[in-house]
Amino acid sequence: MTPFVAADQPTLEDFGHDVWWIVLIKIVGVFAVLVLMTLFAIVFERKVVARMQQRIGPNRVGPRGSLQSLADGLKLAFKEDIMPALADKPVYFLAPCLAAVPAFLAFSVIPLGPIVSIFGQRTPLQLTDAPIGVLVVLACSAMGVYGIVLGGWASGSTYPLLGSLRSAAQMVSYEIAMGLSIVAVFLYAGSMSTSEIVAAQADGNRVSFFGLEFTGPSWFAILLPVSFVIYVIAVVGETNRAPFDLPEAESELVGGFHTEYSSLKFALFFLAEYINMVTVSALAATLFLGGWRAPWPISIWDGANSGWWPLLWFFLKVVAALFVFIWLRGTLPRLRYDQFMRFGWKVLVPTALVWILAVATMRTVAREADLSTGEVALFVGVPVALLVLAGLLVASRATNRATRVAATRAAAGSIHPTEAEPEVLPPVGPRRRPARAGGPSRAEGGFPVPPMDLRVPPSPRLGRREPVAPDGAVVSTGRRSGAVVEEDVDV
Amino acid sequence: MNDVAIGTGEAVVFWILGPIALAGALGMVLSRNAVHSALWLVNTMLALGVFYVVQEAPFLGAVQIIVYTGAIMILFLFVLMLVGRDSSDSVVETLRGQRVAAIVLGIGFAGLVGAGIARATQDLPVTGLAAVQGGDTSNIQAIARLLFTRYLLAFEVTSALLITAAVGAMVLAHIERDPGTRRTQRELSRARFLTDRPQTLPGPGVYARGNSVAAPALLPDGRLAEDSFATGIEPQEVEQMPRPTGRAQLGTPDDALGTLDPAPERGQR
Repeated sequence: MTPFVAADQPTLEDFGHDVWWIVLIKIVGVFAVLVLMTLFAIVFERKVVARMQQRIGPNRVGPRGSLQSLADGLKLAFKEDIMPALADKPVYFLAPCLAAVPAFLAFSVIPLGPIVSIFGQRTPLQLTDAPIGVLVVLACSAMGVYGIVLGGWASGSTYPLLGSLRSAAQMVSYEIAMGLSIVAVFLYAGSMSTSEIVAAQADGNRVSFFGLEFTGPSWFAILLPVSFVIYVIAVVGETNRAPFDLPEAESELVGGFHTEYSSLKFALFFLAEYINMVTVSALAATLFLGGWRAPWPISIWDGANSGWWPLLWFFLKVVAALFVFIWLRGTLPRLRYDQFMRFGWKVLVPTALVWILAVATMRTVAREADLSTGEVALFVGVPVALLVLAGLLVASRATNRATRVAATRAAAGSIHPTEAEPEVLPPVGPRRRPARAGGPSRAEGGFPVPPMDLRVPPSPRLGRREPVAPDGAVVSTGRRSGAVVEEDVDV
Repeated sequence: MNDVAIGTGEAVVFWILGPIALAGALGMVLSRNAVHSALWLVNTMLALGVFYVVQEAPFLGAVQIIVYTGAIMILFLFVLMLVGRDSSDSVVETLRGQRVAAIVLGIGFAGLVGAGIARATQDLPVTGLAAVQGGDTSNIQAIARLLFTRYLLAFEVTSALLITAAVGAMVLAHIERDPGTRRTQRELSRARFLTDRPQTLPGPGVYARGNSVAAPALLPDGRLAEDSFATGIEPQEVEQMPRPTGRAQLGTPDDALGTLDPAPERGQR
């Protein structure tokens, strides 16, 4: 590490002393970067997915279709803004803002580069940092859930409500896996501040391997492979992207939580989703891929990690991460809901816990036996990681055995690749169900429901009888008052 | 007495966020919709989180936001499950004088607690955060040291308590079912793929004069698509323009290219 590089590396003391106009420039810069990245990501996604599906993709607006998302944004802004009759108006209005604002906030702690000179002021290329830097991102993503859940709830419609419930469950579960995957990074970096985590990945340890001296890898993606894999999977769930896009599964829920939204409100949800993608990609680059530091062959050049060059390395890493998101979307079908939940709770969370245990043990051993971090990572961490990954592979092969056997038989020409006498039962019930009094009984898994015609007795002080539920409202209460919808039975 | 110097920024934050936090608390008590109550509570919790950060406890602030966001989300789900999507409190007083009594008692309790805290902390000397957590260690390291040395037992016992509560809730909410009485999503999915139609059913038709779910979709030959009938609604015929049928009226598809006319005469272009 040359002293030149060390001088450029911001520490926590470098933050909080900026002139007000530098802060303003940084805020506007972060905003502009996020909006531009969103515009870029939409076109990029459509082009890449099109190429994966052997299409051309958008090619009308601008050179090679590159301004397509700008046109889309303008179109969205000029659409009619619809407020559903049954919507809860304040919450319906608030929800898109709640989704978009934390998405912007989270990017404020992402380090984009080293200390640079802006109009003569030396300042780190990062809006702010705190000892709890990464927790700010977690808090913002936790707040972002509210936008989606409340948007679905406030729409006053069935499918959005289902979408919002799914997203609540999904984000709560996958946030746990995401938080646990980051813990190992904290242990290694010894800090939760993003700039110090980048600094911790600056230099690999000298590793002597059978007398061969070389600099070991410094990225946490290589030192902590299991954490990296868990993080990548968890953030796909966290950002509602395919194959985990169950809250907006269009074949089941129309549009999911944003079915009733239109115009700029919908645009805000759209913006929030893509900004979240950019933010988690940037966080992945920061935590696991060395942040703004140049990757290995480039880092031999002395000037690679100073001045404005790191901005380029950083955005290349972010775009690479975005490409993985798009690749997943173009490749994988959507998971079934039970598979998705089981995967989150029974695979990701336990694996993350075991991995944290292993990492903590490695740290202790390294300190007691006086080994360097790189050696321990190489001699203990890599075998443990291979063991964990191999275990997961074996487990997944074991659970998918039936499918594999069926696929082999199908490939061999069998017409009924599943068992001749299927264990499954007749198709799912008559399509037009007869109307039934009451809900499902308890034996079918329904909740015990109190009598639905329960009414609060009028206060004795009120002289006249005042109806509690006004008649004539469209659907003011959740229950259907009076008329039962007649369903004809054609069974 | 205390001689604490409160910075300008801190004072500004306090006088802006203090009323907001209070408004959140009042709104939580006063709003009639349970979900709005939960939202007001979020407001208060966020304001408190910022207060912690301002008072140089950034870890506490972040944890406050992360943990309470999740907690209130669960509260929100409880509201949805237990009282339904759109139900608000009845304003009818079932116990006479209950509201007045509650207000009086509430104000009295607040006064009692406030006075008690004021009296208890009246003459306490102010040492400051730096003196407590010692020198140059950051707040996070100070918390970690206390949590994992001095208060380790309390920390572990609390976590054991929480796990017990979670397991207890799961045991209480668990419904024992005979195997086979309720099909899992896996079985349902396999059953669906053994039928003739594994994919979703077609949506309703979209017409120039109607787009309700009751309007069924049309098959290519103009018949109604039975699969698109909505459950529980009588399918409605939508009046349509007379449809051109037959090759004689439709012409060849090539003739229709580039025109808006679905059935152009041959050689019209």
